[in-house]
Amino acid sequence: MPISASGRKGARSARPLFSRKNLAWLGLAPFFLFVLAFMVLPAGNILVGSFQDREGAFTLANFANLLRPNIVKSYLVTIRLSAVTALIGSLFGFLVAYAIILGGLPKPIRSFVSTFSGVASNFAGVPLAFAFIATLGRVGLLTTLLKTFLGIDLYDKGFSLYSFWGLAFTYIYFQIPLMILIISPAIDGMKKEWREASENLGATTFQYWLHVGIPVLAPSLLAAFILLFGNAFGAYATAYSLTGGLINLVPILIGAQIRGDVLHDPNLGYALAFGMVIIMGLSISVYSWVQKIASRWMK
Amino acid sequence: MKNRKRKAMSWLVLAAGLLYFLLPLLATFLFSLRGKKGVLSFVAYEHVFADPQFLKTFVFSFKMSIFTVVAGLVLIIPTTIWIHLKVPKAKPLIEVFALMPFVIPPIILAFGLIRSYSRPPLALVTTPALLVAGYVIIAFPYIYRSIDAGLRAMDLKALTEAGMSLGAGWFSLLFQVVLPNLRTSILAAIFLTFATVIGELTLAVLLAWPAFGPYMALVGRDLAYEPAALAILSFALTWGSIGIIQALSRGKIRPSAMPAPGWATMAEDTKPAEKRSSTNGLS
Repeated sequence: MPISASGRKGARSARPLFSRKNLAWLGLAPFFLFVLAFMVLPAGNILVGSFQDREGAFTLANFANLLRPNIVKSYLVTIRLSAVTALIGSLFGFLVAYAIILGGLPKPIRSFVSTFSGVASNFAGVPLAFAFIATLGRVGLLTTLLKTFLGIDLYDKGFSLYSFWGLAFTYIYFQIPLMILIISPAIDGMKKEWREASENLGATTFQYWLHVGIPVLAPSLLAAFILLFGNAFGAYATAYSLTGGLINLVPILIGAQIRGDVLHDPNLGYALAFGMVIIMGLSISVYSWVQKIASRWMK
Repeated sequence: MKNRKRKAMSWLVLAAGLLYFLLPLLATFLFSLRGKKGVLSFVAYEHVFADPQFLKTFVFSFKMSIFTVVAGLVLIIPTTIWIHLKVPKAKPLIEVFALMPFVIPPIILAFGLIRSYSRPPLALVTTPALLVAGYVIIAFPYIYRSIDAGLRAMDLKALTEAGMSLGAGWFSLLFQVVLPNLRTSILAAIFLTFATVIGELTLAVLLAWPAFGPYMALVGRDLAYEPAALAILSFALTWGSIGIIQALSRGKIRPSAMPAPGWATMAEDTKPAEKRSSTNGLS
């Protein structure tokens, strides 16, 4: 073991407040000051602002305003959108990840898919919106193809890219690759021997998944689902360039309050933002907790 | 028999995935060629490049991404090295901070920055410095993760001890021993930051800067084919950046650990870190 003798002595002796060890923390001061100024302070300011009225006096009215029907509705729509896209994204992402890792496909496919996932999960925002306008917009490629060759007019059937499902299709484009990236280590952790052992013992594929596969993967899958949920919940750029304000997602509402587009009420904006931070904070706590359970299998 | 069935299923899933992922790209590309009626042409691209705003906003965002890369690296590399060498106990704390950009998405960050820095004496809203600061916060998990992965891949302790016993000072240790060994991680961090910042919309739009992201959104509002051309260009840019990372880090860093948002890889990263910090704690 490469432990130096002098190091041991230092650790054993009583530590005064200004020991070398404590002074070493000072080396982190620039970073922590930066984070304090540009992450903690802004977040704290939102927290404070959500308890203030226009004049800066204490109030709980902003939270009462959160119960306005249109705001409750926008929270519900955002939650639904995030849940739906996280669910579809994690299901399909898992299938793809499983196929490329344990599905017996040629090796180069895996590295191609994971590189592509890296690109596609970063391909959110404005360009992604454009890509889907060109695909599923009123004169998009898929819309036109379906109309010309199959006689199906999506827009006559009530579909619109600017509606809930249009937005969902678009979000799934960055959800699936993200899922592939974050679930791959868990699938890598699944030993081939488990499957062979269960097959030798006469288990069917279904039994293998029911008693081995799903119990082992469940925490990782849940953790991934939560991350995808949060990823969709906080997304602003894609919604901004796609909905044009047709669907009032929470991030869109917050953006509108900041820009003063609609009824300019920053304090309501703070409360909206605070609500969002609560939801994100909750998801990340559940995530960390589930992740601890999941890591048991990743040894 | 069973294996063959599984293989067929895998191909099927892969094909479905490829269809979903390539169709929009194909559609966008075809759309971008329709700038002139009746024929396929690159007119839309010509229009894009001819627009002086295109160059102006792109250069602005490019500058911002350089500032972000420099500020981010200067701030995060020494901090991460310091944590590895001197204060492994700070590791869990910095991990929490690396998760925070997830809890505070850009839209909230923008809101908080405006509220905190729009009044004197700290009226930073009017300077691009605040935008860069916000970008550093957004890029921090990416930069931290790749530097951390790079540091864990080498034996930092042995390297620094060897360097010091040969009489190297801190300065030459950093620039002649540690940084050269981190080259791959640093380049990965640079390109990832670049890919994130260059088309960023949220902070730029809310802090009202004439950046590339807001420009693209504006073009999308007014024109039909040019946005598709922009989307293709920006996809190529992302593909280029990530492709370079992959080429650089082939074999050295697991591909799955690189391009995902920082918080996504926390799970796999924490365990070896804990092990290491417990050994470090003794010395």
